[in-house]
Amino acid sequence: MNGNKVRISTSYKFFQIINFIFLAIVCWICVYPFLNTLASSLSSNSYVLRGEVGIFPKGLNFEAYNRIIKDSDFYVGYKNTLVYTVAGTILSLFMTTATAYPLARKGLVGKKYIMLFFVFTMYFGGGMIPSFLLIKNLRLMNTIWAVTIPGCLSVYNMLIMRTFFSGIPESLTEAAKIDGIGDFSLLLRIILPLSKPILATMTLFYAVGYWNDWFSALIYMNDSKKHPVTLYLRGIVMGLTKQAMSGNISSTDAVDVAGKTVQGATVMLVTIPILCIYPFVQKYFVSGVMLGSVKE
Amino acid sequence: MVNAKGKTESSAISKKKRREQVWKRIMRDRVLYFILLIPIIYLIIFKYVPMAGNILAFRKFKVGGSMFGIKWEGFKYFQLFITDTYFWQVFINTLILSVLNLIFGFPIPIILALLLNEVKNKTGKRVVQTITYLPKFLSTVVVVSMLQTLLSPSTGAINMFLNKFGIDSIYFLNEISWFRPVYIISDIWQFMGWNSILYLTALTNVDPQLYEAAAIDGAGRWKQTLYVTIPGILPTIVITLILSTGSVLSVGFEKVLLLYTANTMEIADVISTYTYRMGIVNSQYSYTTAVGLFQGIINLIIITVVNQISRKTSETSLW
Repeated sequence: MNGNKVRISTSYKFFQIINFIFLAIVCWICVYPFLNTLASSLSSNSYVLRGEVGIFPKGLNFEAYNRIIKDSDFYVGYKNTLVYTVAGTILSLFMTTATAYPLARKGLVGKKYIMLFFVFTMYFGGGMIPSFLLIKNLRLMNTIWAVTIPGCLSVYNMLIMRTFFSGIPESLTEAAKIDGIGDFSLLLRIILPLSKPILATMTLFYAVGYWNDWFSALIYMNDSKKHPVTLYLRGIVMGLTKQAMSGNISSTDAVDVAGKTVQGATVMLVTIPILCIYPFVQKYFVSGVMLGSVKE
Repeated sequence: MVNAKGKTESSAISKKKRREQVWKRIMRDRVLYFILLIPIIYLIIFKYVPMAGNILAFRKFKVGGSMFGIKWEGFKYFQLFITDTYFWQVFINTLILSVLNLIFGFPIPIILALLLNEVKNKTGKRVVQTITYLPKFLSTVVVVSMLQTLLSPSTGAINMFLNKFGIDSIYFLNEISWFRPVYIISDIWQFMGWNSILYLTALTNVDPQLYEAAAIDGAGRWKQTLYVTIPGILPTIVITLILSTGSVLSVGFEKVLLLYTANTMEIADVISTYTYRMGIVNSQYSYTTAVGLFQGIINLIIITVVNQISRKTSETSLW
């Protein structure tokens, strides 16, 4: 038995080393594009032009950031994104809780059918065009509601939250009920304070979704004053593509390079808020709040 | 009631009693139903009305008219796209991209989870998790922008690396043969970490006694993985696989829309981007609703069939 253990641990040790190296490479691949973008946004054009910038900036300067911050389109877009994200996230948290809390109750009459009513929308829906025509007919085009309401309830997220609520020990809720509190105050005073991990996770999921969204703004917002910052970035991305397509590769290069540092800076400014919130919430979803979604 | 026979009387009473009990439970939970009313109304307006709006696939649309169309046209719009060779090209493109993405993208998160599970250093494990989950939180626009930077023929890190070995720069984003690899590899990059979460959670739920039993039977690490770990997470693998087959025809809309160029269009154009151009840009609403309905129904059929097969063979299923 003892000898067996030693034999395993030597070959296992070898595996551990290989594994460590492999995972380190994976991590490097995951962060490299970030570091590269950050470095080019802080470098001077001439170094970027020669493709010399790796993960450290060369000819450090903040010119690119200066140029974007002065661009009123960027500023307006950033402000719009902030507003859409905050409003959308609040709406989503409300909707998701309002669905998950009743459906987590044991013995709710008709629960099976109500669940089916919600879950069915995960597998079949109206498609792009009918949804688009609905928003148009409701006269929501060019309003904040067009980019927040259609996606404000993710059934998948609702199922995760429902499982979390179901896991709250009944002894706690029963005790509160004996004290005579109603279902509404039970939610506000007992359930929600116990649900911080799931609320944090949901906030992150929804907020990131709204923050990153560009497609619903593309189809529902004709007015460029209402565009989120992601559409501003899309303009840069598409501009480069278009110019690349209209000419040959060598004529592309000049355009390519003039815009490169600015593009990098825009990407960083769009990404930084997510990078800032993410680590605080990450510990919750690592600890397994995702499990609930698996079987529903 | 009084004159009725004993048996029917008692069953009638119990039926009445049961109904009263159900009613009592409904009344007890009335606040919950009231709360549920809000999302249900939302769902009807924003999900079920568009679902009914699919009727437009069979009806003519008039500008300023109803979203449900103004006049029956039968299967005219279906015939239009079914007889269109370009539609079938787009259909095949979608299938190929989707299936390749599944073949290459599906196993990697499982492997990553298994490898992460062997990391005994808690901090190290946490660091790897934090870093690999991160790309999932980026906007598609940001990912495509990063791809432009990395793959640029004149300044991109990848081409600079190739140049060092005397290989000429490749214009990855404008070369038809590179479209699928770029799409799939960037998808793996963005989602492998995130998709490994479910497997990692499933791994922690594998009964440790099974490992002990296997070790006593003389199974080494590799055999333990093969005979204990993988069967332990198999239900999760199956469920994830079923779920991902349900969106085979809806693949990668946002990324394709940002990535495709005139040169790569021939293989890059997928059903959703086609629907977007023909519908939103060119306002052919009935035609694209028909395409969308076709897409939705096929997705639904695929996921149902896969689910049934899985239920028969592995006893794991979504419903």
